[in-house]
Amino acid sequence: MRELATELAIVGAGPAGLAAAEIALRHGMPVCLIDDNPAPGGQIWRGGQAGAAMAGHPKLRLLTATRVVAAPAPNCLLLESADGASQLSYHRLLLANGARERLLPFPGWTLPGVTGAGGLQALVKSGLDVRGKKVIIAGSGPLLLATALSLKAAGAQVIQLAEQASLASVSRFALHLWHWPGKLTQALMLGWQLQQVPYAMNTHVRAALGNDRLQAVRLRRGDEEIELACDWLAVGYGLLPNLELARALGCKTHHGVVEVDHVMRTSRRDVFAAGELTGIGGVDKAQLEGRIAGLLIIGEYDRAVALAKRRRRWLRFAAALEQHFSLQPAIAQLASADTVVCRCEDVRFGRLAKCGSWREAKLHTRCGMGPCQGRLCGAACETLFGWQNAGSRPPVFPARLDTLAGNPSTAEVT
Amino acid sequence: MNRHCEVLIIGAGIVGCALAESLARNGLAVTILEAGVIGGGCTAAGMGHLVALDGSPAEWALSLAGVQRWQVRAHALPAAAEYRECGTLWLASSAAEMNEAERKAALYTNYGVSCQLLTAEALYQHEPELAPGLAGGLLVQDEAVMYPPAACQWLLERAQAMGAQLLRGRAQRLEQDGVRLEDGRCLRARQIVVAAGNQSRQLLPELPLQPRKGQLVITERYPGKIHHQLVELGYLQSAHGNAGESVAFNVQPRATGQLLIGSSRQFADTGLADEIDWPLLQKMLARAFHYLPGLRSLQAIRTWAGFRPATPDKLPLLGPLAGHPGVWLATGHEGLGVTTALSSAELLSSLMIGLPPSIDPRPFDPNRFSNANTPICPHALEDALT
Repeated sequence: MRELATELAIVGAGPAGLAAAEIALRHGMPVCLIDDNPAPGGQIWRGGQAGAAMAGHPKLRLLTATRVVAAPAPNCLLLESADGASQLSYHRLLLANGARERLLPFPGWTLPGVTGAGGLQALVKSGLDVRGKKVIIAGSGPLLLATALSLKAAGAQVIQLAEQASLASVSRFALHLWHWPGKLTQALMLGWQLQQVPYAMNTHVRAALGNDRLQAVRLRRGDEEIELACDWLAVGYGLLPNLELARALGCKTHHGVVEVDHVMRTSRRDVFAAGELTGIGGVDKAQLEGRIAGLLIIGEYDRAVALAKRRRRWLRFAAALEQHFSLQPAIAQLASADTVVCRCEDVRFGRLAKCGSWREAKLHTRCGMGPCQGRLCGAACETLFGWQNAGSRPPVFPARLDTLAGNPSTAEVT
Repeated sequence: MNRHCEVLIIGAGIVGCALAESLARNGLAVTILEAGVIGGGCTAAGMGHLVALDGSPAEWALSLAGVQRWQVRAHALPAAAEYRECGTLWLASSAAEMNEAERKAALYTNYGVSCQLLTAEALYQHEPELAPGLAGGLLVQDEAVMYPPAACQWLLERAQAMGAQLLRGRAQRLEQDGVRLEDGRCLRARQIVVAAGNQSRQLLPELPLQPRKGQLVITERYPGKIHHQLVELGYLQSAHGNAGESVAFNVQPRATGQLLIGSSRQFADTGLADEIDWPLLQKMLARAFHYLPGLRSLQAIRTWAGFRPATPDKLPLLGPLAGHPGVWLATGHEGLGVTTALSSAELLSSLMIGLPPSIDPRPFDPNRFSNANTPICPHALEDALT
């Protein structure tokens, strides 16, 4: 086990983490930047250049393909990578470990050929050939457009974009975009680039059809149902903050986000949070929050407070996103009794419907007890049944037992 | 609202549900009160190892009967209970521990329980993953592991099928002939059984119960890695000693192929906070690696902590509580509540109904600590090991 020490540990090398790291490094503060992706830049934004520019900095220790698996002692994180385990002690910690896609069960969603929206993008980036393939992208939120664009760029034929929110709701969101000119420009560009792609509102996937593999998708648009043949279906219902580490550290969360004050301090001393963790709001909000946290951490309180004023604008954007793309009730009612909800443990909707709480479901159906540790099904059950899934047990990610065991030289064997 | 019943059992853990079933089978009108998830307290926290322990003659009698009652009913358990007769393999790491294995073997044989002493060579044939250098072992073939919350649910459903009622609510205090619930309701019952594990002290603060924290780790699925419940013979020292903190090697192959790794004991002065104590967890894992080096590279998916309701002499409190007419206790099982659920239920229901019990009830008398003249049974076993 390697023993590492740093002044500032940053978990997540996306826009928030990189923005904070840049400020701290410029100030001369040693930074350890940890990310479970193979390169810095984030999963959605993929701002590789920003990370690459920083990579050689003498005060930066960049740990990519590395996961934080536990917080075994105050000011200490347990890390794991393919090279082994390390223990990192820090003075300050910035959590900027982002969000994941919300996946919700519907009949057929476990068929090969059905993926998350971000999931299909990632598959394409890692070499999946979609040239000439018919793709349907469905779910909710602006990220569907980005997915459509990257699929189109990879040569796929995006035959349908389906947004569950109503036309009225999406229009209201679009009309408000002038508050955030950058977002408006982005939206207009996306709209231009996707002008050949049919974009239907008030439309959701009822079922994925096929025997061994996806063959067609049944969509519901208002009162009518249509079936479209396709090769890939990518469905994502927006993003959910990755709260497990924040909770393991004892940071307070509220309504599914980490609670922070105006300068990004969490409820735990010396622990800060920025980016999607504090509310889904995209790259601009994340970068701004990363800068606020960075300024505070280097002791520039006044500058941090001054910058924090600009945060309100992005909080309004986050609120608008949440409001206008909120899920319609039908989305929580798609699963039938035999629809799998927990993929790890093969638990179906019918069994879960008999339970009264997340804990009861865990104990009596094994839902959430598999290697994904309830990341997918826990969030799904929250939407489906309204169950609060507050606690998660260590480790934050599945980890090798010898990582959890810590330093063998200090552990006693009697 | 007032409800009347003959027996009110507080707590739908595995002991309370087994008792409900036993009393209902004898024709009593039983109500079982539970505020949380069925089998969600101590029942869900442990390993589900059905094992006879001989820390004292009374412990031996109750746990052996418990293991045998489960064996008889195993065929009726639902698949979800994951009952699996994998046997217990006690590991001896020295000649002294091998002597202890031989002593245990004689005891089992005396009671007609089949077991097999293993030489080192035979031990490695049974479990090739064990670290080299062990002296041998003792295999108790008929012992089993199971998933306690599902077994608990099954017992409850059996009790309900015979007329028992499940009532949702949290007991706030015991009153004359009844229980007051947090929501203000009062339940009247001729007899009340407190079977609420560690929470029993919220109703009866004078009970000699102390939460004894334990921690477990479960891995991803590695079917066939090990075949028996593996326990070091030193486990008995850990389980029966009164040290503030101890760890012992105890690994179980679950029906799912997962490995469940224990065990640790510590008296919790921090109440029932179930955070992981990392230094102790790490000590426990180091102990596990000492016996099973191959564990190091396996993936852990979850750790958790729970609390055993411990009494000063390691024996449960089963019987009428002096000074509280009509109040009975079925708690304080420490780590043996799952093993002894059926035998504890049988013993207590015999006492409640007025039938002669098949096990001597005196060592379990809840009032044994308050009577200064009653000597507390010393443990022969830890002496043999130290």
